[in-house]
Parts: sequence; structure tokens; C-alpha cells
Amino acid sequence: MTNSINELIDADTILIIGSNTTENHPVIGAKIRQAIGKGAKLIVAEPREIELAKEADVFLQIRPGSNVALLNGMMHVILAEGWQDKAFIEERTEGFETLERVVKAYTPERAAQLCGVKAEDIVAAARLYAKADKASIIYCMGITQHSNGVGNVMSVSNLAMLCGQLGKASSGVNPLRGQNNVQGACDMGALPATLPGYQPVSKPEVIAKFEQAWNTRLSAKAGLTVPEMMDAACRGDIKFLYIMGENPMVSDPDTAHVRHALTHTDFLVVQDIFLTETAELADVVLPAAAFAEKDGTFSNTERRVQRVRKAVEAPGSAKPDWVIIMELMNALGYKSMYRDPSEIFDEIASLTPSYAGMSYERLEECGIQWPCPDKAHPGTSYLHKGAFSRGKGLFKGVEHQEPVEPTDEQYPFALTTGRVLYHYHTRTMTKRVKGLEAKVPESYLEISPSAAAELGVKDGDMLKVSSRRGEISIKAKVTDRVSGNVVFIPFHFAEAAANVLTNSALDPNCKTPELKVCAVAVKK
Amino acid sequence: MVNLTINGQAVQVENSFTILQAAEQMGISLPTFCHDKRLTGHGACRICVVEVKGARSLMTACTVPVSEGMMVETHSPSVIEARKEILRLMIENHPLDCLTCAKAGACKLQDYCFEYDVKEGGYQGAKKNYPIDDSNPFFYLDRNKCILCGRCVRVDNELQCTGAINYNQRGFNTHIGIPYERDFEASTCVSCGNCVSACPVGALMPKSDVKFRQWEVRTVKTTCAYCGVGCQLELKVKGNKVVGAEPVETEPNDGLLCVKGKFGYRFLDHPDRLKTPLIRKDGKLAEASWEEAYRTIAGKMLEIKEQHGPDAMGTFTSARCTNEENYLMQKLFRAVAGTNNVDHCARL
Repeated sequence: MTNSINELIDADTILIIGSNTTENHPVIGAKIRQAIGKGAKLIVAEPREIELAKEADVFLQIRPGSNVALLNGMMHVILAEGWQDKAFIEERTEGFETLERVVKAYTPERAAQLCGVKAEDIVAAARLYAKADKASIIYCMGITQHSNGVGNVMSVSNLAMLCGQLGKASSGVNPLRGQNNVQGACDMGALPATLPGYQPVSKPEVIAKFEQAWNTRLSAKAGLTVPEMMDAACRGDIKFLYIMGENPMVSDPDTAHVRHALTHTDFLVVQDIFLTETAELADVVLPAAAFAEKDGTFSNTERRVQRVRKAVEAPGSAKPDWVIIMELMNALGYKSMYRDPSEIFDEIASLTPSYAGMSYERLEECGIQWPCPDKAHPGTSYLHKGAFSRGKGLFKGVEHQEPVEPTDEQYPFALTTGRVLYHYHTRTMTKRVKGLEAKVPESYLEISPSAAAELGVKDGDMLKVSSRRGEISIKAKVTDRVSGNVVFIPFHFAEAAANVLTNSALDPNCKTPELKVCAVAVKK
Repeated sequence: MVNLTINGQAVQVENSFTILQAAEQMGISLPTFCHDKRLTGHGACRICVVEVKGARSLMTACTVPVSEGMMVETHSPSVIEARKEILRLMIENHPLDCLTCAKAGACKLQDYCFEYDVKEGGYQGAKKNYPIDDSNPFFYLDRNKCILCGRCVRVDNELQCTGAINYNQRGFNTHIGIPYERDFEASTCVSCGNCVSACPVGALMPKSDVKFRQWEVRTVKTTCAYCGVGCQLELKVKGNKVVGAEPVETEPNDGLLCVKGKFGYRFLDHPDRLKTPLIRKDGKLAEASWEEAYRTIAGKMLEIKEQHGPDAMGTFTSARCTNEENYLMQKLFRAVAGTNNVDHCARL
């Protein structure tokens, strides 16, 4: 997030696009409702009628994969009406002309047709966003998990810059991170092309700095992303894979492909707290401590680094992941000695400029938001005040692009996926909590009343859902949360798994798979 | 700034302060049931009454703003007597089953009765007799223990903004409930448990499969391990078992949690937890020692590096693990294995 969670409460307009906030980030959902209670206007753009859609001033039930068309349509209206922030564009941005050129073609009528919504609603949304003093955009995987995910994100940024809604409180572009420490994992260099603090492996001075600190030689060649490693494993190019705390057999697209990849590696190590579907395929399984059994830090979606503290002992001989990795480093002949995680954190702070001012001592009372470059720095509640990290904000004209797999006669339904309130990701934890499992015990397919009527399907009927990659049996849930030919499956369940069906087609730039839309057939 | 006198001591406070906030600034503790500093003053329970010189009656410290020259007594005989009377009225219609009540030790009603030396109501009035609503899998509502402070209703409606519960009926028959007297399961309730965390007595209580006394548990402040909001919570620990979770009133969650943060810790001691390393032998995963596991993994890594080069290895680190662990994992693969094939599920 460019801004902070609690700044949302003071926003005048909130635009939610591609985020089912009350179910996936429930406490942020509550804060958005607090903002509505204080008079904030709400725009929701989603293929499904999520809870917050009912409270929205404008609800745009867009076709999956039409985010860019919608945002371009809104920007077209804003420019046509002259609602843009001319001073901000002049002083803080460049490339405005390219944006202007592209959005010119997206009249509200054309955008409405591409999105499957009414033109006047696009105009109303544009007005609410552009006329607000403080407007905040929230997005999530509904924006990123598309073959044009990068284009979607750029369009969101274009809209915010066009209206000068960056670099001040209660505004900004606010992606919500789905996992407790996905922000931190990225910050820590758990990415193929960047070392901790997003320092690129391609820069010789960065490599030199880490080679000196770690007393070793480092590769300057960018590594492979998760989907690329899967493909490489299928080809036999990845022979050893070490998976820590992930369950790609349920979470990743196209399960058959994932199984093929994991069973084709010569040696698979899985480190987890339960014997997951992925761990079942491993050559070695290492038992890890859960969050309440170890010390450390997580970095949340608003860049706040917060302490994790040990409350109980891990079961059996399970060990904290950091201990396991440290001991393995030593077994490999690389001397590594940390008495506790605070010493690892100090090493992180010494090498990561945005964490440089932090220490366990400073984090004791309350978390600190990065960047925090020195010991006296209080942390940063919102980014881009006065200037962007690259200097001027760059507008990029983005064209609408249809999903990789459009619906057709054979596969006439558009499948989208997501989470539900009562489960988490691949359910390894939540299926073992009685009440949570009782609330949502099995998978289901949300199907619109009109589509159900056409197929002669009743609520609770068992259906066969198939895509070009696989088929599952699943229970029908007839609901007007979805409309027309859009269907939805929560991806949590290994039984009737949505990801047997989903498409592993990637965004060419960021390699995110198009999990949010693929074509399926539904049969009774 | 405003100047006033509390218990004979002069104090200067912010203009916007209530008497309660001014007293708190001086380190004077006043009893409260309905007060929640995240919400505007409510004045429902009356237990925070104080004497203000010149006022016709006692005033609720949580709602009355300070004014220049105000003279306040927080523990005068008339104040003490009023608080005692409020407590008598409350316990007159409250099951005095503190011996077996799970809230004992963390119950404000119990604490204040102790502080003000109140043993019984003494009125022999009508008693409430409500069935317990235990329809929700995570908590129950025992209206017989409810003192109608209204904190649950306000937290639900003004902070959580779900609007599942409210007051039903009027007068003596007033009770906390779901519209049309339905139960929690038939309501819009999302099981966040924020009403449960706010209840000062034993009316809204988490269901627990272990019995514990509040004084048997220690608390450990930590960060929720589910989504990316990073809610701060306190785990309640008895021996080596987590038996509860309470939200912390700080950034970013400010005292709120969701159903997973409040009740989702219960996987921790599930019998399915992995307890020992496993190594595949003859096609099956078999228990092994750590030493054997490390030896096997290290041997394989060195062998593959030797035969196929470092880029034949890769790791998926974890968005579920700590910063320290992610840092070490990428260090293991970059510095020791020699490859940048390091990624995690940020895209998934």
C-alpha cells in the first residue's frame, strides 16, 4: 500500500477494484465501513456482487478481465470533463500525452460495452473519484492475476496520478497483500531478480556489497519465477526443489501441470507444519514451527514491520524455519551462527536500506513502516510525498486486452476464483479448526439463476465443470452474486479444486498466472 | 487547554477531554463498563459517576466534557454509595456463579464488587431467565449474565459495522439479541468475535475445549498469521497450549479481529502436526532424525551442484514465514547453493 490502513477511515471516496475486502481482509473491510459511516463514497468494481457492493454508491459488475477498459473509460470521462489535477500532472508526472491518446478511444459507451455495465455508471464512478478531495484505490488479486496484470496495475496508477491522488494522506494506490508476510518475503529478496530491499542482482555494486557481507561469490544472473521453475522442472532442468511453507498442489494454476513438475524433480524437499498435498510428493519432509512457536517479524500490507513472538513450544522435534535453514547452511559447510532471530534482523537492517533504522528494540512497542532509513526515523505512513522513487510519475497508455482464453461454444462460462471468509488459502490450517470447517465444509460453484435455469440446475445439484486442463465434480450454489455466464469457485479445497481448471497462462512481464479468468463448461 | 481540579489537585488538560480522560491523565482510575475509548462516551452503565461541584446530581465522567474551573470529586462518600447501589442493582439480577464462571478473574463486575465491597443485591426482585444462544460454533451468549452496558452492540455496529446484534424490547425486558429473536447462526453475524472481546462480563464468551482460569494464563503479544493486515493480538497461553486470542488496541487493527484471527489459532496443537523429519524410503515417507535429514539434503545439493550446476536448484520460500526466515532461505540459495532461483507465491 502506498498509504496506511487507518488513513482509509478519513478518505472521501474509496474505489475498490478486484478485491473482496470484507472476506479476504476483514479488518480493512470494517475500516472501509467505518469510512462509509463517516460519509465516504464507495465505488466497487467486481465481477461478483460482493458484500460491499450492496453498500456502494456505484457498483460496476464488470466482466472478468475488463479492468483496463473500465479504468480507461473513467479516465476518458475525467479528461472530457476537465476533472483531472492539472497541477499534479504538470509538476509530478510525465508521459501524459500517451495516456491521453489511448483513453481517447474509450468513450463511456465503448467501455460500458467491453465491461458489461452501464455507461452512466462509469460516468458516475469517474465523477465520485475525480471530485473527491481524498480518494483511495484498493485493489487485490482481481487486478493482478490476469495475463495483463501489469497493464491493470498501470491503469490503476494512471487514474490515481491523473487526479493527483498520490503522495498525501488517505489517498493512494493500495494493493492488499493476501498473506501475512508476502510483503516481507518480497522485501527480503525472496524474488529471482532482487536481493533484500529490491536491490537488483543485475547491478555489479549490489553483488559486490552482498558478496562482501556474505563472504562468498554470487550469481548476477536473474533466477526463475515459480511458474518458470515449474516449467523448468517439467523439462528436467530443475533437479532439486526446496519448498518452504507453500502448497502449490492446491494454490497454483493447472494442478496436473504442477504435479508433473514436482514429480519430475530429482529431489523435492518440503518444509511445513502439516503434511500438505505438496509434502506428500516430497523426498524429505521437514517439520516446522508455526507462528506461535517462534520469534521473528512479519511485514504487513501497509509496510509495517511487526514482531512475532513465541508463545508455546513446537510439537515433537519440529523446529523454527530459521533454525532449520541455519543448521542446513552449516551442514553444507557455510558457517552460520545466529543465537536468535534478532541477530538475523540486525543483518537484514545492515543490508536493506528501507529497514536500516529498525531493530527488535525499536519494534518492541509498535511496528514501524518502511522506509525507515535510520535509527531516528519514525517510519513512513504514506509514500511518494513530493516525489516518486523514479522522480516523475510515468503515465503509460494501456489498451484493453481480452483474456487469453475467451469463452466459446465448447467452454461457454467464464470461471473466476477467490477466497471465502472462513478459510485461508489451501486450508491446511483452517480445515483443522472445527468451527471454520463447519461454516464452509466443502467447495461449491456459484452460478447465476439465469444460467442455472438454462441448464436445469437446482441449488445443491452435483455438476461437472471442465476446462481444457481438467474436470471436477462440484456442488451448485445458485446465487445472484454472479450474473450471466460468470461462475465462481473458492480455490481453497483440494477436493473439487478450482486450480484443476485454471489457466497457467502468464503475464509476460511479471509472470503472474491468469487465475482470475478461464473458460469452462458446466454440465449436470 | 482547560484548568480544573480533581480530588483537590489542579490539572490542565486538552479542551476536548472528558472528566474520565482528565482523571486518567492524573493516574486516577475510574470504574467503567460501557466505556470504549474508540467510541464516543455512552453513559449507559453509570458506574463512572463523579461529583461535580455545583451540579444537581452525580455526573458520568465518560460523557461530561471538562470546563474551566470545574471541581470534581471521584471518590467522595456519595459517589462511593452511588457506585455501590449500581453494583447492587446489577448483581441482584446476575447469577452469582463466580465459582464456576469461566470469566472469573477477568470480569469487571466481579472486580468492582470486590473493590466496592458489594456481596449481594438485597432486593429479591424479578430475575432474568433467558435460554443460552450457543448456535455459533465459536462463542455463546448468556443473556442472564449481561449487564446491558451495550459495548457489544456499539462495537458491532460502529467499529465492525456488521450490525448483527442490537437491543431487543424495552425496560426490564431489554436484552441483547438478533432482530426477530433469531439466533446468531440465523443472523448476519460473521463470527469476528469483536463483541466477545468487548464484553466486560461473562455474557459473550468464547467456546473452549479446555477449562482454564483467567489467572492461569499468560499473554503473549504477537502478529496474526493469516492475511496481510497484520492485526496485533495477544495469545492467552495455559502451560504449553494457546487457549484464546484477544485483539490489541494499537495499529493497525485498533482492537478488531476477524474470525480467523480470533478463533483460527486452534490448528496449532492439532494431532496432524508434523513432529519429526520424514525421508522417502522404498517409495514411502518414513520417520528420520534431523541429522539424517540434513545429511541427505546437503548430500543431494552438493551432488546436483557438482553434476548440473547451481541453476539446477531452486526454492519457493514462503509468504507465511517470517522476514528472518525468508532472508535466510534466499541467502542459503544465493550464497551457499549459488543460484538466484528464489521465488515465493507473491503472484498466487
